[in-house]
Amino acid sequence: MTYLKSREALLFGAIIFLMSLVATRFPGFIAPDNLVAVFTDTSPLMILAIGQMVVILTRCIDLSVAANLALTGMVCAMINVAMPDLPIGVILAVSLVMGAFLGAINGILVWKLNIPPIVVTLGTMTIFRGIIFLLTEGKWINAHEMSAHFTAFPRASILGMPILGWFGIVVALVAVIAMARTTLGRSIYAVGGNPHAAVYTGINVGRTQFYAFVISGMLAGLAGYLWIARYAVAYVDIAGGFELEVVAACVIGGVSIAGGAGTVIGTLLGALFLGVVKNALPVVDISPFWQLAISGAAIIIAVAFNAQSGRSKGRVILKSAEHSQ
Amino acid sequence: MKVAKYMTSVAIAAGLFAGPAAAEDMRIALVVKALGIGFFEAAAEGAQEAADEIGGVEIIYTGPTDTTAEGQIEVINSLIAQKVDAIAVSANDTDALVPTLKKAMQRGITVVSWDSGVAQDGRQAHLNPSSNALIGNMIIKLAADHLPDGGEVAVLSATTTSTNQNIWIDEMNKVMGNYEGIEVVSTVYGDDLADKSYREATGLMQSHPELDAIIAPTSVGIVAAAQAVADAGKIGEVNVTGLGLPSEMAGAIESGASKSFAIWNPIDLGYSATMLAHQLATEAATAEPGAEISIGRMGTITLDDTNAAAMADPFVYDASNIDAFKEIF
Repeated sequence: MTYLKSREALLFGAIIFLMSLVATRFPGFIAPDNLVAVFTDTSPLMILAIGQMVVILTRCIDLSVAANLALTGMVCAMINVAMPDLPIGVILAVSLVMGAFLGAINGILVWKLNIPPIVVTLGTMTIFRGIIFLLTEGKWINAHEMSAHFTAFPRASILGMPILGWFGIVVALVAVIAMARTTLGRSIYAVGGNPHAAVYTGINVGRTQFYAFVISGMLAGLAGYLWIARYAVAYVDIAGGFELEVVAACVIGGVSIAGGAGTVIGTLLGALFLGVVKNALPVVDISPFWQLAISGAAIIIAVAFNAQSGRSKGRVILKSAEHSQ
Repeated sequence: MKVAKYMTSVAIAAGLFAGPAAAEDMRIALVVKALGIGFFEAAAEGAQEAADEIGGVEIIYTGPTDTTAEGQIEVINSLIAQKVDAIAVSANDTDALVPTLKKAMQRGITVVSWDSGVAQDGRQAHLNPSSNALIGNMIIKLAADHLPDGGEVAVLSATTTSTNQNIWIDEMNKVMGNYEGIEVVSTVYGDDLADKSYREATGLMQSHPELDAIIAPTSVGIVAAAQAVADAGKIGEVNVTGLGLPSEMAGAIESGASKSFAIWNPIDLGYSATMLAHQLATEAATAEPGAEISIGRMGTITLDDTNAAAMADPFVYDASNIDAFKEIF
């Protein structure tokens, strides 16, 4: 019974309900091909939301993810223009390393200088966008300038699903294991749950937060290459405002903004929920004037659920321990 | 020795001040929405062409680093301080620049707007790249030209509140009767974001399986729609057209996702704006309704009741000329 009441089950139900509602207006929406397309379309959001979840769990927030995505993506595109024959493996490595580096800047500022994370990442968000402008003077990098294998990689299909979608799955699997089975994963929960207690158990709070920012940055960098290659265009404003959607996915997925509580599966479902909304609205012929209001209302309703269900047990890390009391 | 040194520096200083004044008798500032945009770089090239043709004119190409009215006001204030002879501005806001530009006009500076206009109080004349009616007609014509037997078309616009896009779509609907068999089945909005435009274009192809063309009168939208059509494997079935930049659309023309699209030629636009500013600044022409003003190789424009004029029909780009223009803007 507790599983049925859980955040994840509720969300899963909401997604199924939403999809069946859309199917009454447009049956093609629940065709397997289309569901795969929706999942693929949501992958970048899932990848970023998992990174964001890790950061939020440690009582921080990373507002620079979309700017990191844009900057790393732009650098990947520029490398591709300069060296068109570079293998994709190298580009992927560059995106991961560069994203992690940008995340590390956030982490260092939070850890060593004790600046509030929202201030740090608000600053770096603007700085990263500014750097893109400095690098390109605002010019676009367009489809015909990128090499064919660079743009083809994320949409190449394995078992009927584009590689972009597989990236979402792989990142999620790694995250599930890492959060549950590694020392870092558990210390991230501990730091967010109760920083003072964490210090007494020998966990370095600042360093854990630093690692969280590095993970978030690394995933943002990865999403940067995938995004640029998928839409085959790179410009300063790419993914503008996307950081808010990423935070929304986490909150809908049940990640507590106060830190310490939240799951990878919940975050994934939160991202999927937003992905279904975003992909459904264009096909069911709802007036565009209503679209923003509907997305916003969906977020508020989900958050209201979150506040209700998570009120008393927001800080409980080990649910089994709670029941044994 | 000291005296000689002093004299030399005075001479150098005098030379510095005298130099520019002697070489150029008129300075025209081309103020753009933001620096670093290919479109405006090309306009600056056109302005330089006009300056070379007229002779004795120095072009000051400037603008803020992002598309804000505040940034433009700062730039214009500094131009007033430099006492330029004319300002030709593509405005980020219709009304916000008016007080500053009024101040400029009070100091005897000729002010014209081009591309994106300012309210009538804030300028002497405005040069539209084209007229809304010409653009509205052109975007539907581009789709209809490739659909001799008629068909379904859909519009992918920017935001619901973009004035330009909405006016063009209205004008397009007015002339729909001239294109028999062409039906507009839907209008959607991509908010000038690559991902949302892509998703909306995909949605259009799903909800209208018989769709023949997507018209996107916005540069982000047209690129994203072309990519969505290519990814859906519908090249040849769905033609993407509308308004875009050659450098951004070259890939789509090459892949066949777009057969043709249009945009005013920014070189011509910068050229014409400079010519107009020069004509008014030298008092060779007066800005008043009905005035016919020569803009060099682009012919003659006639100012309407609001002292605005249209330069020309939008210029069509397709496989035959894309390679030449994609390098320019």
